[in-house]
Parts: sequence; C-alpha cells; structure tokens
Amino acid sequence: MTSDQEVSTSIRLEACAKTFDDGTRALEPIDLEIAGGETVVLLGPSGCGKTTTLRIIAGLEAPDPGGRVLFGSDDVTPLPIESRNVGMVFQSYALFPNMTVRENVAYGLMVRNVPKPERAVRVGEMLAMMHIEELADRRIDQLSGGQRQRVALARAIAVRPRVLLLDEPLTALDASLRERLRIEINDLLRSLGITAVYVTHDQGEAMAIGDRIVVMRKGVVAQIGSPKDIYYRPANAFVADFIGTSNRLTGHLSNGALSFQGGSIPWQRSEAAELTVMFRPQDAEIVAPTEAQIAGRIANVYFLGDRTKIILEAIGQGPIVVETTAQADFVIGSNVGLKINPDRIFEIDGET
Amino acid sequence: MKRSRIFYVNLAFTLLVCAFLIVPIFLSMLAGVTVNFFQGIKSGLTLSWVIEVWSLYADTIFLSLLIAVACLICNLLIGVPAAYVLARKSGRVARMIEETLVLPIAIPGLAIALALIVTYGGIREFRLSWLFILVGHVLYTLPFMIRSVLAVLSSFDFRTLEEGAASLGAGFWKRFRTIIIPNCRAGILAGSLMVVTLSVGEFNLTWMLHTPLTKTLPVGLADSYASMRLEIGSAYTLVFLIMILPLLIALQLYGRPRAAKTTISDPE
Ligand SMILES: Nc1ncnc2c1ncn2[C@@H]1O[C@H](COP(=O)(O)OP(=O)(O)OP(=O)(O)O)[C@@H](O)[C@H]1O
Ligand SMILES: [Mg+2]
Repeated sequence: MTSDQEVSTSIRLEACAKTFDDGTRALEPIDLEIAGGETVVLLGPSGCGKTTTLRIIAGLEAPDPGGRVLFGSDDVTPLPIESRNVGMVFQSYALFPNMTVRENVAYGLMVRNVPKPERAVRVGEMLAMMHIEELADRRIDQLSGGQRQRVALARAIAVRPRVLLLDEPLTALDASLRERLRIEINDLLRSLGITAVYVTHDQGEAMAIGDRIVVMRKGVVAQIGSPKDIYYRPANAFVADFIGTSNRLTGHLSNGALSFQGGSIPWQRSEAAELTVMFRPQDAEIVAPTEAQIAGRIANVYFLGDRTKIILEAIGQGPIVVETTAQADFVIGSNVGLKINPDRIFEIDGET
Repeated sequence: MKRSRIFYVNLAFTLLVCAFLIVPIFLSMLAGVTVNFFQGIKSGLTLSWVIEVWSLYADTIFLSLLIAVACLICNLLIGVPAAYVLARKSGRVARMIEETLVLPIAIPGLAIALALIVTYGGIREFRLSWLFILVGHVLYTLPFMIRSVLAVLSSFDFRTLEEGAASLGAGFWKRFRTIIIPNCRAGILAGSLMVVTLSVGEFNLTWMLHTPLTKTLPVGLADSYASMRLEIGSAYTLVFLIMILPLLIALQLYGRPRAAKTTISDPE
C-alpha cells in the first residue's frame, strides 16, 4: 500500500475522447492537468460530458483509443476502477442496502483485507469525522438524504484513495442542506489535502468548492480557470451566461468609444470595427440621466430584500440587468442613466 | 344497514365457494386415515394406510425430494448467473432470450418430455436414470427462477451499486458475492420455493420421462389411484399435502413481488 504514504496524486488526461457504442460522441479529445491536492470542478449544462470525463478518470469508462489517463507518473489507462484506488461518491450515493452504515464504511477496508481491529478503528475515525457515529448500526433505508451523503463520503475516504471523485454529490438534497454540506465538503477536501474532481451543474457550488473550474460545453472544454477568472474574464458568451447573469453590449467602435443604442462607453483596448463587451449586474449603477453617458428606461424592478434588481430597456440589443444595494425608489417607466465600472467591463467573443 | 346486508351475502358466498373447494380435499385426507371409507368415519381412525403408503412408496418420496433438491441446486447454479447476465445486457438479443424463457411455461410438459425423449432417449444409461427426469424439471423450472431473480434485479440499481463496490476495490467475484447475491436474496428465495414446489408436484413431464424404477411422488400417486384401494390413494394424498403445503404457504409469503421488495430492506 505505497499509495497510503503519497500525500497527493496529480491527474493528467491526454487526448481523452469518448464515443459510446451507439455512436454518441460524448467527449471531444480533452487534455486536462490536475495538480496534486487540487480541487477541480467540472461544470456545464446537462449532457455536456461531465460525468463521462469523471468516469474516464475513475476507470468506469475507457477513453477512445489514443487517450491516456495518468495518476502521478503511473499510466492507469488499462486499469479497471478496482485497481486505481480512487474514492468515488455517486449522485445516487450507491450505498449498499444489504449492509449497515458501519459495514458500508468498512467495505473498502474489508476488500483490502485490513485486519479487523485496525478496520474498526479506521471506521470509527471516519464516522466521527462525518458526525454519524450514532447512525453506525442503522440500515441505509433508515437514513435521511443528508445522512446518506455523509456515509457515502465516509465510505469513499475510508480507504485513503489517491484521488476523490464526486459526481453531483449534493443534487439530491434540498437547498439549505446543500449549502451546509457544501461547506463541509469544502473543509473536508482542504483538510485531507486530497486531489479531487467534483462534478456539478450548479455554478454557485462550483465557485465555492473549486480551486479551478473546467467549464464544459457539448463535450468540449469552454474554459479552464480560477472561479474569479471564469466569473470576471469569461472566454466567451457561453461561459459568461452560464456563470451568473451577464449583460452584453455590442456596438461600433469609433474615435475611442464604443457606441450602441442609448449611449457609448470609452474603449481604447481594441481596434475592431464591431465588438461585444460584457459586465456583471453588480458592476453598474443607476444614476440621474444627466450624470451618465448611457441612458435607458426602467422596465421592471424586483425588490430582493438585501438588494434590488432593475431591468433597463432601450440600451443595446437586449434588456440590461443591474443589481444595487441602494435604497432609492426606482420608478418603472422613468428615464435613468447607467454608469458602468470601467474596470469591470470586458471584451468577449460574442458568439453564443 | 343495506350495505352490511350485501357484505354478509358476499361473505356467505365466499365461504360457500371455499367450502366447495376445500371440503373434497379435507374428505380425501380424512379418507386416508379412515379404517373403511365405505363405512365412513364410524369404522374408526387408523394410521395403517399411511404406514402402508410409506412401505410401498417411500422410495418415490425420497426420489421426489432428491430431484427437487438437485433441481434447486441446478437452478441456483444456472438460473441466478443467467438472470444476472440477462439483466446486465441491454441488447436486443438479451430481450429475445428473456422472451424465449417463457416458452417452457407455455409449452405443455408433455411436449417438453417428448422433445427430451426424441433427443436424448437413445442414451440408455441416461434414459434410465433419475437424471433424465432432473433435466426435464430443470428445463421446466428454470424460467421461474430466472424471472424471479430478474424482477428483483430490476427493482434496484445494481449497476451503480456494483460500480460503488468496484470503486472501493472489489473485483467481480467479490462484488457478485457481497453485493449482488445478498441484494437478490428475496428473489432467489422466492424463486427457490417456487422451483422446489413445482418440482415436487410436477406430473405431466415426469409421467412421460419416468421408468418403473424412477417414479416420483405424483407419478406414484397416479399409480396408487389406478391400482390400489381408495384409502391408500387418499393416505398418499395426505402425505403429499403434508409435504407440499408448507412450501406453498412459504411461497405465498415470499413469492409476491411486493413482498420481495420489502424483504430486501427489512432487517434480518
Ligand atoms: N452509456 C451511454 N451510451 C450512450 N450515450 C451516453 C452514455 N452515457 C452518456 N451518454 C451521452 O453522452 C453525453 C454526455 O453525457 P454525460 O453523462 O457525461 O453528461 P453530464 O454532463 O454528466 O450531464 P448531466 O448533468 O445531465 O449529468 C450525453 O449526450 C449522453 O446522452
Ligand atoms: Mg452527469
């Protein structure tokens, strides 16, 4: 068990594509490097190939010929999952209904022929760590969703895997529980220092957990970067739209200003005749019409408690969304000015 | 008021039908312990007919049990893995095999027996041994076992459970023994009871396949009806029922599909 001593294993995917037997091309050749101890989140809409990528790393699917999977310096491509020493948490948990919580957590150790006393100690540690000691002798069908999730995590990390793979582990839970477990999982991954790949289609979850995020789309990587990068420097309109709300302005560039319906903004950063820029709703504010270079009309106002969401029309091609914490009265139909924080405007590839 | 009258009429009718069905069986069993059937119960009760049945037909009872147990073993060894393979394969071939599996249920036992005789009857030692009957029974009961296990396999996501076990390092046989089999227990149990019951009571096939030296209980029963005193036939029926009733009751308890599901999750 040399892998026990290893602190953390890096993962490398080389040209891993996947074509299923029925001809479905789930994944275009993908190259991905995950550093030891890093948590990488695979994010993207349904059917974009997140699970397929994860299953290739796990060894549950083989990549198309030519693709390689490396753990550290070991080429694990030909190894089945049971020889890869991975920990996996499934969306449906995949807990064994014929066993108690304790037996579930002990399963991997039992398979590895860990002696009984040592096994009991390790299982005890895991149960304590996940705060499920009092559930040890329950059967799986006597657990709530959140409790199952903890058992699944405990079971996966009990064997001290080289890498931990999680496929939408929180999707089946309700919102508040999801929030709590998300924090717990985050703390757990940090304290274990384990290399982890986390699949989700929830961008909030991805932002909170990932050191880096891999945004995928139709079997292709759309962008890889830190949560901040992805949020403020989306590589294209698809990423911008997928990660939170974004406003886009497309216009003509002349004399150092980008003009569009409703006004213009100074723009020196490129020479193209026509270009698209984006900004986030919280990076703009509503001002008096005389104080801004952009003018529009309030189409709708949503009071959200801590902030207010305002929809503006008559600017650019589509509605513009602004979020503000200001307590002013916003009157629907009134003409207002829009001021955008110049440091938070980015040019993007306008194609969707 | 009116509703309750309908209820009592219904109850009376149901009881009447039950009596119509049960009374003959009861009378037959009674006849098996009556000294003289034609004089009725007045003539006294005796176990001598049962003892006589035992001395005449004990070997058929043992053969029936032997075949039933052997048949069960064959079913467990063939049927359970076959069901697993069928459940795993999603292709059209697998579905076709699944459909063909019902055929032995639809084809009369006599036809199966005839097919066996035509095909293997020439192998003399085989034809004369009880194994010939066993083959017929396995052929006849296998679909029941496979269907029963298949039903349980389709009631839970065994593929993901297996992937879970594999991710924890379990190879195929380990997974099969520790995950698949225990989670299919209810289906295997229900299937086993069905197989044993069907095998013990099977007549059509067996009657065609048997030789004077390889008579099973139901064949012996027919034989005794044809050639013995009525009391002996009745005593034989009694023995048969005592053997098969517990099995039938157990089958009722475990055999229902809904019951099968709850037994998976029930603590032992
Ligand atoms: N076993 C399979 N056979 C054929 N096609 C498959 C198979 N598994 C997945 N696919 C297809 O491959 C594509 C990618 O699937 P994948 O499960 O990786 O998506 P995903 O990103 O995990 O989506 P979701 O968020 O819905 O889980 C989909 O179009 C899917 O239909
Ligand atoms: Mg998925």
